[in-house]
Amino acid sequence: MAVEQKMVTVYIMGEPQLVPEGSTIIMAWEYAGFQLKKGLGCREGFCGACATVYREKGDYKLKGGLACQTVVSEGMSLVQIPYVPAERPRYNLAELKPDINTFKELFPTIFRCVACNTCSKACPQDIKVMDYIQQLKRGDIAAAASTSFDCIRCGLCALRCPADIVQFNAATLAQRLYGKYLAKPSPELADRLQEIADGKYDAEIEELNNMGHDDLVKKYYSREMKIR
Amino acid sequence: MYPEYMMESIKKVEATRAKRLAIARKQGKQVFPPMDEQERENILETFHPDYKKDALREMRLGVNKGEMIINEVVDIMESYPRNKASDFDLSKVDYETDVLVIGAGSAGLSAAIEADKKGVKTLLVTKLRLGDSNSMMAQGGIQAADQRDDSPTLHYLDVIGGGHFDNKKELVEALVMDGPKSIKWLEDLGVMFDKDDDGRMTVKPGGGTCRNRMHSTRDYTGAGICRVLRDEVYSNAQNVKYLEYTSATELILDDKGQVAGAILYHIELKEYFIVKAKTVIIATGGFGRLHIRGFETTNHYGATGDGLVLGYRAGANLMFMDSVQYHPTGAVFPEQIVGFLCTEKIRSIGAQPVNEAGELFVYPLEPRDVEASAFIRECEEGRGVTTPSGLKGIWLDSPLIEELSGEGTIETTLPAMLRQYERFDIDIRKYPMLVFPTLHYQNGGLEINKNAETTVPGLYVAGEASGGIHGRNRLMGNSQLDIIVFGRRAGIHAAEKVIAGIELGELSLKHVDDYAKEVEKLGVPKEKISPLILPDYIPDHVKAKQMTEEYLGTLVK
Repeated sequence: MAVEQKMVTVYIMGEPQLVPEGSTIIMAWEYAGFQLKKGLGCREGFCGACATVYREKGDYKLKGGLACQTVVSEGMSLVQIPYVPAERPRYNLAELKPDINTFKELFPTIFRCVACNTCSKACPQDIKVMDYIQQLKRGDIAAAASTSFDCIRCGLCALRCPADIVQFNAATLAQRLYGKYLAKPSPELADRLQEIADGKYDAEIEELNNMGHDDLVKKYYSREMKIR
Repeated sequence: MYPEYMMESIKKVEATRAKRLAIARKQGKQVFPPMDEQERENILETFHPDYKKDALREMRLGVNKGEMIINEVVDIMESYPRNKASDFDLSKVDYETDVLVIGAGSAGLSAAIEADKKGVKTLLVTKLRLGDSNSMMAQGGIQAADQRDDSPTLHYLDVIGGGHFDNKKELVEALVMDGPKSIKWLEDLGVMFDKDDDGRMTVKPGGGTCRNRMHSTRDYTGAGICRVLRDEVYSNAQNVKYLEYTSATELILDDKGQVAGAILYHIELKEYFIVKAKTVIIATGGFGRLHIRGFETTNHYGATGDGLVLGYRAGANLMFMDSVQYHPTGAVFPEQIVGFLCTEKIRSIGAQPVNEAGELFVYPLEPRDVEASAFIRECEEGRGVTTPSGLKGIWLDSPLIEELSGEGTIETTLPAMLRQYERFDIDIRKYPMLVFPTLHYQNGGLEINKNAETTVPGLYVAGEASGGIHGRNRLMGNSQLDIIVFGRRAGIHAAEKVIAGIELGELSLKHVDDYAKEVEKLGVPKEKISPLILPDYIPDHVKAKQMTEEYLGTLVK
């Protein structure tokens, strides 16, 4: 049974386009006839390439979202934001210290935060952006790295920020400082690296390299399964 | 939210949950007997898409002429080049570099970082932005044998058994022996692996692993790694120049048959550039956007297999290009996310696949090709759930996870999945997810050796574009590892080759013209052109009115 496709009108950069109801914004662009080269990436909500600014009919609010994750509505008007001209400092992680002074030097704008929370409201991942900026201001890098972890660098926070903070780049540095300096090293990993360097597994691997097909099959299917 | 009739099936899933939960509590992850060799073979032959009669056809030109290859790959190989030699004056180059890296996912970025460290001049080009890649989208994990009860030897066995014992052994050895070292390298660059308070890695099993070996960064593992590598290039690389929105459309060879550079194409400005390079690393990823056999895909917009075409025309050979990976769990409902990846980690931490009647029908962590075949069997034999748009799927019972590991587990370990479904009003803590296999990974590719080199002097391949490591079926978490292991090896060895001294002869595109003549002899219609660069999803009724020749992706429609 064929059901007739309901259509809605959306305004793509001001022009009305008739597209199927239930389309995501990306589907709407393509249905209208665009082969996008910018403002589109993974199509699944992981890359941050398809930031969109839109307004829904009858609403005064300008909203942000990911075009691959946002469904169109009748009368919606929208535009893609493929790029944010954000400042990004250069640094060598190996020369940095995981403390507040690093942020004072590399991201001084975070101290301009007026706690308006516009960034958090703009975030399509629902990250508490303002909270991690506050955590950074207190020098709590571990907390900021965790709070900001799901950031996909779409840039909408920085675009809306009245204090011109580039939140997502500060988040990246916090996460890298945490991963390198603040997370405790794994004792098992260090031991295994030593064993490999000492050649502990070389003979076993060599044996597998020289093993015929049938013996390899036998060894594989008889290996002990010890999953936790 | 699910429509009423689907809720009826969910009630059946809920009715069997307590019993399945009891088995899981008693037997751990072994809630269903894993298949033996014969059972695996039978189910693959009957239900895996690769085994369908029309999946493959004979390649009629190039190095692999006469071999049976995936139809859609033969299509891009039996196509005309975008360029011909007479279009270019190769004595006037636009860029000159020691190492040219094509593609900026985690393999390309790792290669650039290592080449940079060796102090050689590196040009990194990508047709979209740095980091725009399948690497960024990986969710579940990265394998490395660093636990006390594990070893590189066991990892080796899992890799080669999962790949049906055909994998190139020197590559398997490189992969597993470099595993722990790769984790350390990533941690030193600032990747935040999931750990407990004492620094012990949180490790989970994956399909086809005999130990807990999956390291993760929540369910953003690919992003957790790729964004760090990208930031290292942005913030610290000394000798790397990068070009975005710039695709490579052909390799350049010299008169001695060495690789000598590439033709670049800016996809918006439509300008072509000539780059002369002493070595080239292809890190262009896979072919999901070719939609093999009409399957939906988990892949990035740019995954059109371009590197395969470039390498093949230059004389590199393909390996295992007769197998495709369908990820068992692609979303089939709601409509807006059809084909999207539901990470294997969901099963790693306890979710079970169940059919329309709420019955568990397969060991949840078989290798991907076996697991996917079991899902297809359920649906083909009438035990699946049909969506309002006519797709079929089986349930992935995610609420089990919190029953097993406590409330809040999904929020902390699967935030991306939770968010994805919440956007469409489905709470996966309370309701299962409807899934069906989706086109996920290119098992084969351009053959490399343990240094990531091809048979073409100076040409390297790393990541999904390469072939041999995973045989005919890759296990979860081994591509995140291979892009690091072989990305680094490619960067190091290409740089070392440059340092040892390379004398390039006269630059040439003769191989491209020769290839075009072969294509013409086959009687291929003129409008078939590759590499595709981007897919084309404009509907036919609109396209019919757009009388232009400017589209990329001329093969898709």
